[in-house]
Amino acid sequence: MNKITYREALNQAMCEEMERDANVFLMGEEVAEYNGAYKVSQGMLDRFGPKRVIDTPITELGFAGLGVGAAMTGLRPIIEFMTWNFAILAMDQIVNAAAKMLYMSGGMYKVPMVFRGPGGAAARVAAQHSQSLENWMANVPGLKVVMPSCAADAKGLLKSAIRDDDPVVFIENEILYGEVGDVPAGEYTIPLGKADIKRSGTDITLVAHSRMTGFALQAAEELAKQGISAEVLDPRTIRPLDERTILQSVAKTNHCVIIEEGWRFAGIGAEISARIMEKGFDDLDAPVLRVTGKDVPMAYAANLERMTLPSVAEIVEAARACLGRA
Amino acid sequence: MATKDDSKQARMLAHEGRDYPLNTLHEMHDMMLFIRRFEEKAGQLYGLKKIGGFCHLCNGQEAVCVGMQHASRPTDYVLTSYRDHGHVLARGSDPVAVMAELLGRSGGLVKGKGGSMHMFDIERNFLGGNGIVGEQVPIGLGVGFSSWYREDGRVTLCIMGDGGINQGGVYESFNMAALWKLPIVFVIENNQYAMGTSLDRASAETHLFKRGISFKIPGMQIDGMDVLAVEKHMSEAIEHARSGQGPILVEAITYRYRGHSMSDPATYRTREEVDEWRTGRDPIARLENLMIENGLATEDEFKQKDREIKKRINAIAKEAEAQPEPDPAELWTDVYASPINDAYPYPGRVD
Repeated sequence: MNKITYREALNQAMCEEMERDANVFLMGEEVAEYNGAYKVSQGMLDRFGPKRVIDTPITELGFAGLGVGAAMTGLRPIIEFMTWNFAILAMDQIVNAAAKMLYMSGGMYKVPMVFRGPGGAAARVAAQHSQSLENWMANVPGLKVVMPSCAADAKGLLKSAIRDDDPVVFIENEILYGEVGDVPAGEYTIPLGKADIKRSGTDITLVAHSRMTGFALQAAEELAKQGISAEVLDPRTIRPLDERTILQSVAKTNHCVIIEEGWRFAGIGAEISARIMEKGFDDLDAPVLRVTGKDVPMAYAANLERMTLPSVAEIVEAARACLGRA
Repeated sequence: MATKDDSKQARMLAHEGRDYPLNTLHEMHDMMLFIRRFEEKAGQLYGLKKIGGFCHLCNGQEAVCVGMQHASRPTDYVLTSYRDHGHVLARGSDPVAVMAELLGRSGGLVKGKGGSMHMFDIERNFLGGNGIVGEQVPIGLGVGFSSWYREDGRVTLCIMGDGGINQGGVYESFNMAALWKLPIVFVIENNQYAMGTSLDRASAETHLFKRGISFKIPGMQIDGMDVLAVEKHMSEAIEHARSGQGPILVEAITYRYRGHSMSDPATYRTREEVDEWRTGRDPIARLENLMIENGLATEDEFKQKDREIKKRINAIAKEAEAQPEPDPAELWTDVYASPINDAYPYPGRVD
């Protein structure tokens, strides 16, 4: 095991895959000479040269589409959005082109590419720079949606995403970029569509992805002090969703709280709780509860921002309510 | 101007500094006429409700489709908008498969999953058939990027209309294509109307070939109703792109005889205007007259050909109509490159 940051893990994944396959290239705003707005691509220009690590103008729709065309003709683009907020400008290429190309071309044109960058709230950057779009993306057949919560997952999942033959939406988290984690030494990949039990427990299942996985682990720590054994499950891939592992956990604990940073309406928690209701109803001893971001645009003021995001205290409270110990 | 070759044996037409062998002229003519009759058939089948949804015909624009293909190589890439029947046929795709696609049949070019707007043919480097106006331009940018990245010597023909040219993504693409000198010919089929909106109601600069100026992309305006002019100027443009000088913009002035789609009665223009283009500038009649004037063909020959082509089109439609609808199992194929078994979505399974 090596101790490296989430950011370094992503960098290693891209470098290893670019060494492995000459068709892989990285393109986006400030990825080359600036070494990445968040330094994820640090050193890659020096290592791979300007043909494979390419700075673009500020033109998200254009370079997202460039990635689609390049992927259709056999390359494996990694298209970096400085943040996913800006990917909204590229939605036509992601949803109408990348996601549907294989289907509407009757299976002729694969689109093996990765759209990646940080999503979710950063710190004090207000409404337009703090939001979660994974439910938009996961709604679209043809896309895969991956959201790592730690360095080891970031590396293994990004390597799989780059090798995948479908368009993969890879949503990182800005706050997590500096987090250090244990990463296996040497070559490894993590398959897409496999959840991970981050902490075993018997009383309640906490399902959380991306930055909320850390919040759920802190909540589980707190619940343990109160005599409650919480299992923390990170789906890691939102689509395809590892329903099986979620249902197995709920069958064991009979209780479930789903935590997500994004808005509640038609969110990832809504989808997972519907799935549990449809397929695991008899395993439930209580309704599934959700802890989500508040249903408002993100404010700038520190207190309002804090109130908007889910908190460890809210997760603990929801778990206790679910278990009838509120 | 056209001049008759002195030696009848050579069977060549010298036209505007280029020599066209007789068989090339016949090929161009026959393909244009084939596209015309194919579109008429498609219009009929639409009227009979056998073709559904949106159906955008290209009657009148055949010279652009055919001239361009004669100027390009089979290894070059082509992508266009939803008005794609003529381009895919000119590219050489199986007309039965194209017709079957319009009819939503199992043997359709894309298995009945795309319809009129989404023709693709990977064997012929034809990348759609894209339904969102202007969407194919950023994609075409990436196709050109591929050729630049791999140095494969191919050129991308990225076609849009006078409607598509106003989309923002087009200018994002122009900028990057010029910045990196990508081998792309951007072609504007200026058929005068974006759906019901005439060029001068939608474009502050109606000389669309100038739209690349601020990106240092050279532009030329050509007569899109003259297949030989299209062939000649597209050859020059393709050579420019292939030689590493970067992208180039070609505005082909053309006209669609039919409405924007089958549901459009085209009340935004006068019958006189349509007649002026149809009778005065029709690309098929124009080539026929040129060949007849130069003693390279006779009117009877063309009449005979037209009868044969109509017969062929009827046979194509019959063969396509005889095909079954797609197998219901096809609903679940091609969503992802490989089936997903251990996680939702389960292909084909609805609980």
